[in-house]
Amino acid sequence: MTEIIHSRKSLATNPLKSSAPLGAALAYLGVAGSVPLLHGSQGCTSFALVLTVRHTKEAIPMQTTAIDEVATVMGGSENLEEALLNLTKRMKPRFIGVATTALMETRGEDIVGDLKLILARRPELANVRVVLANTPDFNGALEDGWSKAVCAIIDGIVEPRGTATPLYQQVNLLPGVHQTAGDIEWMVETAESFGLIPVVLPDVSGSLDGTVPENYVPTSLGGASVDAISRMGRALHSIAVGEHMRAPAERLALRTGVPSTVLPTLTGLAASDDFIALLSRISERAAPARIRRQRSQLVDAMLDGQFYFASKRVAIAADPDLLTGLAGFFTSMGADIVTAVASTSNSPLLSSVPAERVLVGDLQDFEDSARAAGAELLVTHSHGRQASERLDVPLLRVGFPIFDRLGAMHRCTAGYQGTRNLIFEVSNIILSGLHEHAPGDFAQALPIIEETRHAGATSATC
Amino acid sequence: MSDILKARIAEIFDEPGCDKNQAKDAKDRKKGCAKPLTPGAAAGGCAFDGAKIALQPLTDVVHLVHGPLACEGNGWDNRHASSSGPRLYRTGFTTDLTEMDIVMGNGEKRLYRAIKEAIARHNPPAVFVYATCVPAIIGDDIEAVCKHATEKLGTPCIPVNAPGFAGSKNLGNKLAGEALLDHVIGTIEPDTITDTDINILGEYNLSGELWQIRPLLDRLGIRVHACVTGDARYREIASSHRVRVNMMVCSTALINVARKMQDRFGIPYFEGSFYGISDTSDSLRIMARMLVDRGADESLIERTDALIASEEARAWARIEPYRAALKGKRVLLYTGGVKSWSIVAALQEIGMEIASTSVRKSTENDKDKIKALMGGDAHMVDSIPPREMYAQLKRGDADIMLSGGRTQFVALKARVPWLDINQERHNAYAGYDGMVELVAELHKAIINPVWQEVRRPAPWEATDREAERMALLETAC
Repeated sequence: MTEIIHSRKSLATNPLKSSAPLGAALAYLGVAGSVPLLHGSQGCTSFALVLTVRHTKEAIPMQTTAIDEVATVMGGSENLEEALLNLTKRMKPRFIGVATTALMETRGEDIVGDLKLILARRPELANVRVVLANTPDFNGALEDGWSKAVCAIIDGIVEPRGTATPLYQQVNLLPGVHQTAGDIEWMVETAESFGLIPVVLPDVSGSLDGTVPENYVPTSLGGASVDAISRMGRALHSIAVGEHMRAPAERLALRTGVPSTVLPTLTGLAASDDFIALLSRISERAAPARIRRQRSQLVDAMLDGQFYFASKRVAIAADPDLLTGLAGFFTSMGADIVTAVASTSNSPLLSSVPAERVLVGDLQDFEDSARAAGAELLVTHSHGRQASERLDVPLLRVGFPIFDRLGAMHRCTAGYQGTRNLIFEVSNIILSGLHEHAPGDFAQALPIIEETRHAGATSATC
Repeated sequence: MSDILKARIAEIFDEPGCDKNQAKDAKDRKKGCAKPLTPGAAAGGCAFDGAKIALQPLTDVVHLVHGPLACEGNGWDNRHASSSGPRLYRTGFTTDLTEMDIVMGNGEKRLYRAIKEAIARHNPPAVFVYATCVPAIIGDDIEAVCKHATEKLGTPCIPVNAPGFAGSKNLGNKLAGEALLDHVIGTIEPDTITDTDINILGEYNLSGELWQIRPLLDRLGIRVHACVTGDARYREIASSHRVRVNMMVCSTALINVARKMQDRFGIPYFEGSFYGISDTSDSLRIMARMLVDRGADESLIERTDALIASEEARAWARIEPYRAALKGKRVLLYTGGVKSWSIVAALQEIGMEIASTSVRKSTENDKDKIKALMGGDAHMVDSIPPREMYAQLKRGDADIMLSGGRTQFVALKARVPWLDINQERHNAYAGYDGMVELVAELHKAIINPVWQEVRRPAPWEATDREAERMALLETAC
């Protein structure tokens, strides 16, 4: 069993985490016509917004309750009310997702109660669905915020059991925070190829997939519609990805009676097989020929790529579910995980990460450990670039944020095709670092003296 | 909020050096200039953000953020302030306060230990400690912790008391300036003093812009003792109180530093800009004259004029090839503060037209300069809602938009060229060379055939139109 080591430092150096309210905002962005609203000082939104824009290369609707000094002392309820009214008037959203921040949670107000009162007394808000997640920054990270927001959406919008007419082809897909638009597109198309009708929550493949609309839209454009979400109870089954989606999956099952399955990851041959087998079971259909072909392509990519993975010393730092999934993938290809750093310890699966130990820490821990272990490949988000420079070890960018490469939202690492892409990407990184051998590479080699290479010249030196 | 901080903010709002403040009567002045934020319709950073922006470019110190994760975790290593040496400033340090720390009241202890760990590992000349909202409301006294740590550990620890809820980014800039005035400037005597020493205040060396200016000053024998804070070392700022002249480049950000250094150390200051050819020349001229007034050799003025003449001629010669393609092209300029007038002037110099320019963060002085440049305020707008901005661009009111990253996608989604002139950009636009660079970038963006390409109708749109035409023809027949 893997040892989980908690840092005893008081100083976090080069943070690995992104905050929980940011995770919640990302989830809210996967709802159509939505505006995420962070309940805190305007900087809370500003930092989260800038980072999200840099990752997605998209305009992001995200607002703030702009807590100032007075509200800090007197309470933030009025600001929340004003923000909801202003937002509704200006941007006409269908959905507002509120995420609290450390500032408001430290004050310890009854924000849930405040929101209820506001919604009850304000007819202007009748046509907009408002939900709230408690996501103080001092608790957890991106995965936690995302998960809590999805729970809040389910509680607020999904119609409970008994009210919905069953639709025998519907399947609910609950992707985790690290599923990109590309991953979700793959999940959707694959489910459709089994004759199923997927409803995705949250669906960033509709809202953060980089399109050029014909008109200006201030809210999120695309994503899961409130109506579709409300009817999630009609589905045959729900499939969640990542341990952090277990809570929302259970919440949805409890509310609607729709059975659910949590898959730890979609990356890797075995993980993809599990997803396909599940779809096959739900739909009572055999896997279509196209999927079978994709699997065969992946197996071939594994055969071609394993040379570059075998016994490669890999260092990974990521949120718990992403770490678990990637560590399993790399190990399955023959690599050794010499360093595993998790942003939080909020996943029971950490103890199954195929490494000697998992450090719960920051990118300084990551860099120190990778240096000591002689890592040959670093795997983390864009902030790993400084460690990569200092250690002179290549970096595979994964997770959030990826701000110094294009296409973060379209990179698919899910399923047969996604895993195949990832194998190629990693192999190409390794290949571009391969160098031509020189005699000095081999400790046993005798130094070659230029004169000795020519017959006849040897006599002079002997 | 602590009483010290409240008094500090009141003092900043009463800044006599601020022309906006000068224009008010005593009663209004007392109210301060904190524009109330509108919940649900606010954009922009908080005071902590502003403080961090102003100080982060100081390269060789530890910047330690005391707070829960988001304040540093969501924002570190996000600007292109360049360094010619130390890289420590790009390292993100935070106490990453947990629920337990907050509930148990361990914030101050954790902060002290964090300072100690940072010093043990990095041995910096100083540690800057930033307050954030949560420690401020639970009553952590970062001033006391810093004082204690300075005494105990022997490394100066500088409290930067600008929690996010205190106000805007601009207020944070000034609070950062106060921290420098209280704890840094004047604490070390400089090794050498010359009669052509200057400081540059409010220049952050984004994308290396300071290095576009330094060679000019070097050629004149003017020595930049400290840049506050671009590419700065702690020692330079700590000993910056003996220079002859301060130049203030970002008009409102560090005015309190300029004014108080004048009061305390008798250093006169002027406001200038290195954006645009004539602005750069003006700044150099004023700088030379002020240095001569304070004892520099009189030949400096003549040498400055000669340098300006040759640099201007060289810059114009390099810009000439672009002029034909850019003449008459219309620019939508959406930025704030000092950048609006200095760039308006620069663009007009090359024959471009200003479709409109925003004056959101500009001072009255800035606005007067724009009015003078554009002959009235017809195209001066306070702020443009994104929807309106999109409509303008879509209509073709402008050929290119210059703005910061926030509005980038409004232009791009309207399929209109866009150039970044804010802090996230990779190009350096200062001085004569910078202006040539800006023109080259504008040219590159405007002539790119990709804009025609992305406006091509999709095949089905083309077919629709074809079908319409056929239908029309049929009815006509």
